[in-house]
Amino acid sequence: MASSSTPKYNSNSLESSSSKWALKDGTNWEQNDEIPRLPGETRVTDKDVIYMCPFNGPVKGRVYITNYRLYLRSVENDPVVVLNVPLGVISRIEKMGGASSRGENSYGLDITCKDMRNLRFALKQEGHSRRDIFEVLTKYAFPQSHNLLFFAFANEEKFSENGWMVYNPMSEYRRQGLPNERWRVTFINEHYGLCDTYPSLLVVPYNATDDDLKKVAAFRSRNRIPVLSWIHPETQAVIMRCSQPLVGMSGKRNKDDERYLDIIREANGQISKLTIYDARPNVNAVANKATGGGYEGEDAYPNAELFFLDIHNIHVMRESLKKLKDIVYPNVEESHWLSSLESTHWLEHIKLVLTGAIQVADKVSSGRSSVLVHCSDGWDRTAQLTSLAMLMLDSYYRTIEGFEVLVQKEWISFGHKFASRIGHGDKNHADADRSPIFLQFIDCVWQMSKQFPTAFEFNEQFLITILDHLYSCRFGTFLYNSESLREKEKVAEKTLSLWSLINSEKSKYTNPFYTKELNRALYPVASMRHLELWVNYYIRWNPRIRQQQPNPVEQRYMELLALRDDYIRRLEELQITNNSKISNSSASSASPSQMMSQVQTHF
Amino acid sequence: TDRRNQTVMFDTLEDWRDELERTKGNVKYKAVTTNEGYRVSEKLPLYFVVPICVSEESILQYEGRGIPIWCWSCHNGAALLKMSAFPKEQDDSTSQMQKAFLDGIYKTISNPPYELLKTDDLSSSLPSLQDIQTAYTRFKQLFLIDNSTDFWATDVKWFSLLESTNWLEIIRRVLKKAIEVTECLERQHTNVLLIEESATDLCCVISSLVQVMMDSYSRTKLGFQSLIQKEWVIGGHGFLDRCNHLHKSDKEEAPVFLLLLNCVWQLVQQYPPAFEFTETYLTVLSDSLYVPIFSTFFFNSQHQRDTNTTGESLKTQSNPFRFLTVWDWSVQFDLKGQAFLNNPLYAEKPKPDKSQRKTARFKHQRQLSLPLTQTKSSTKRGFFREETDNLIKNILGKRIGKFINSSDEPPNSFREFYDSWHSKPVDYHGLLLPRIDGPEIKVWAQRYLRWIPEAQLHGGGTIATAAKILDLMEEVQSLQVKMDEEHSQAISRDVHSVPLLRDSPRLSSLFPFASLQRQSIKPALPTSTWKDLEDEDDLVKRDDEFVDLSGDML
Repeated sequence: MASSSTPKYNSNSLESSSSKWALKDGTNWEQNDEIPRLPGETRVTDKDVIYMCPFNGPVKGRVYITNYRLYLRSVENDPVVVLNVPLGVISRIEKMGGASSRGENSYGLDITCKDMRNLRFALKQEGHSRRDIFEVLTKYAFPQSHNLLFFAFANEEKFSENGWMVYNPMSEYRRQGLPNERWRVTFINEHYGLCDTYPSLLVVPYNATDDDLKKVAAFRSRNRIPVLSWIHPETQAVIMRCSQPLVGMSGKRNKDDERYLDIIREANGQISKLTIYDARPNVNAVANKATGGGYEGEDAYPNAELFFLDIHNIHVMRESLKKLKDIVYPNVEESHWLSSLESTHWLEHIKLVLTGAIQVADKVSSGRSSVLVHCSDGWDRTAQLTSLAMLMLDSYYRTIEGFEVLVQKEWISFGHKFASRIGHGDKNHADADRSPIFLQFIDCVWQMSKQFPTAFEFNEQFLITILDHLYSCRFGTFLYNSESLREKEKVAEKTLSLWSLINSEKSKYTNPFYTKELNRALYPVASMRHLELWVNYYIRWNPRIRQQQPNPVEQRYMELLALRDDYIRRLEELQITNNSKISNSSASSASPSQMMSQVQTHF
Repeated sequence: TDRRNQTVMFDTLEDWRDELERTKGNVKYKAVTTNEGYRVSEKLPLYFVVPICVSEESILQYEGRGIPIWCWSCHNGAALLKMSAFPKEQDDSTSQMQKAFLDGIYKTISNPPYELLKTDDLSSSLPSLQDIQTAYTRFKQLFLIDNSTDFWATDVKWFSLLESTNWLEIIRRVLKKAIEVTECLERQHTNVLLIEESATDLCCVISSLVQVMMDSYSRTKLGFQSLIQKEWVIGGHGFLDRCNHLHKSDKEEAPVFLLLLNCVWQLVQQYPPAFEFTETYLTVLSDSLYVPIFSTFFFNSQHQRDTNTTGESLKTQSNPFRFLTVWDWSVQFDLKGQAFLNNPLYAEKPKPDKSQRKTARFKHQRQLSLPLTQTKSSTKRGFFREETDNLIKNILGKRIGKFINSSDEPPNSFREFYDSWHSKPVDYHGLLLPRIDGPEIKVWAQRYLRWIPEAQLHGGGTIATAAKILDLMEEVQSLQVKMDEEHSQAISRDVHSVPLLRDSPRLSSLFPFASLQRQSIKPALPTSTWKDLEDEDDLVKRDDEFVDLSGDML
């Protein structure tokens, strides 16, 4: 965007290519054919409004609403203001002012978005002009509350890649070397009979029968039994995930669960204890006993060591993000930025999640002990911990495709409740089920990629794109709470996968500095000295904070790469021509390049 | 022989004249020899530059106090000046005389051809040296960590600890001041006179920063070094006292030069392609401040240097004492080490068409960095210029002594200038304004975290990408050599194969300053515990979802 001649405030990066088009042809703007439209996207209504831009002041414009997006373009061209907002990001629509309210631009709509911004539109007071637009917006932004389908089901886009083929659980387990003589694949959950929030295919200890699994399920919250997430190729230590045991106030025990954990412990041939990481703070785990939950007590599980990782619950995370928004939107807190940032606790939560994941990864890798991770239900903090630990241990997950597999596996197939946490198409903005758990995970990944800029095949744009479509409802990828529900809604048949979009244009999401390294554990430093606020995501709507795009360091590297390739090509051509001539040269002195070959020596 | 490939030392009249010529300041300003033999003051350099209309007598009258001394001229002719203020006088008649003297000076330099003059008393508009010293002492303390426990114990409160030192806030205020001065010069087309008691502390910081931001020559290595010579070394910054090299008195100590380097670092990390040097360069430069084999940062003034390097005290020694200049980097580093000082990302200025301007390389940049001077308000100013000039002659009193950000300024003129610049693509060879919002001002991690093992990123940090770029550059260079060889057909077959991209050894983020290889690859684990979320108690105690699981037990 840096090359465009006019600043484009508060515009959406989702459709950068199409809004660029709008900019270029801004002068020939015609009312019918101008809004970028996806195949399957239909226009619903449009209206003259005043966009109350928090950075630029009121902007006269026309807003167009389709079944997918809200699109606004300013009437004036200097500067062109374009808003391009998928309706899926809308969390709440409020009317502001009444028919009788005085004051300029006091009558209109206030829209709260899930992606760290608010939009305000002022409308003319005459003739209830607001009612139509409010109703249309409400209807299409919250299709679930109006018995309508998500836009993903109407989307007719075509991509060269099929993202639904990216994740095949069987091939992923095979990649890990499974099944083997100690671990087996079970189809016990084929019709989600054992656990309706788990995937149909599970990997369990070879020595545990399907009957054992059923008995264990009875003792685990929502039947989420311990199953394998990842196996270390050398130590054979595994990362298992599950939900809390149903210990309750009376301290119930379950022989099958106790034996099952012992089988897991023995499966990697080690005699050390099984390490259980309970993601919650100790007090919360204790408090859970009151509602029937709890944790693995010492008496019942003498061969296990239990650690609490002190990660807080979904409500704390939601409030923390809310506070963060308060200090960055619309204006960045001027004075006392650092203490304001600290008081949101956002980075502190990031630190704790990363710290927990490092512990899990380190235990499996250098502690050579199998690990069991759970929180209460095992679909929020547990998913964060297992997926981050896997990202630290297995370089495959640091590739574009590998990361897609990781998200697909640890988050989507294991029932992270995306629909509830994000509130897709649901008007109930105050739902206590909503929480930015997945965002927090992506932030952790960003922190890692920031600390290790050559270790990831994907770039920042990849992560931002994932987050944008976490809300957009353009793809089926993040819709619904579980695999069984997605199967019921035929998501894979009727919608497109986000990975189709990304994999069809991989170069856009590729980090040029990526250096492939196999089997290298990557431990971030979970210190506030290194953790940073992800400005390019959380403050991206503010034109004052906007980072340079494209990144100059990256750009320079790309130029050098192109130059190198050009030289190699020309050198080959030269050599061919020279070879055809008679060469009478003899051995020469060492190439001057050898003198330069040791740039990285210490001072 | 070629003066252009050297750091300009500013110890000769010639150097000052060249600088005047480079910046096209020679129409209105002249280099003077009045201080030869230090007749004016031992604090002033032998040669310096003043407005042409300032007489020798007035320079001599108060030992150079009250005299506007030229720092630099902007492409539009507006100049950055500094002045050493009169100390507060008890005696009324003395202060009356001084006031009259100043009025006279202001009058002379406010007449055309001189631009409108704005003054800024830095001792009142910026934190005091004492504040700076206090802040830095606290800041430095944060990085003196005894052990791992200490590191993690302070980690949870890191941001508020950092804020309580006030150091980053001082950096922010200084950068903001430099932008304000820049706005006056660039957009309002006024001269700016910086005032400070000695004009050798904050004046040096602001004038250097303004030049780094406005003059792309100051962003080359030689240009930056020349700038440091001009404003600091010859300019008379009291390095000996401020660094407290002799540990004689803490009272004078203040990290003024480090403050400049910290500010420049912010710019370097915000606009990597705009600088010929790297952050490593700044780090080793800051280290050199305390290396006593160099004379560069050892003295309080040119006079002190002269008398100590050529004076009686040294003649008694059998061997003549020789001081080195820090700018000869080969003294400290071999070629490989020096390579780290050069920024591989530096976007060199496109070479101008030779037929058009032969001497353009060394000349001051003529092209406007921004169309800002053409904005509505300023064209208006230009349009009415002649009339206003006449008008102003009649009401001269109002023309002078106007403070930057005084009440008759449009209040948001700074913000407008700042926002307007930031809304446009960056020209790395043009005007460069730092971003100063809270999240943009950062800790100079390389300098301050480099000795802390816990903060080490094994195989990470900015060095990871820098090493990749260096590798690639090296490969491109060797390919270039091979191509030349192929062209001349004077080589043997065996060096023809193209080398594969060599794997960089896995470097630590502390590289090149420390190599704290951990024996194992065990991660650094925080040992501190979670601190209370006081105000969220009720949320904290809740479970994720309220479902009574005990019912399932039936």
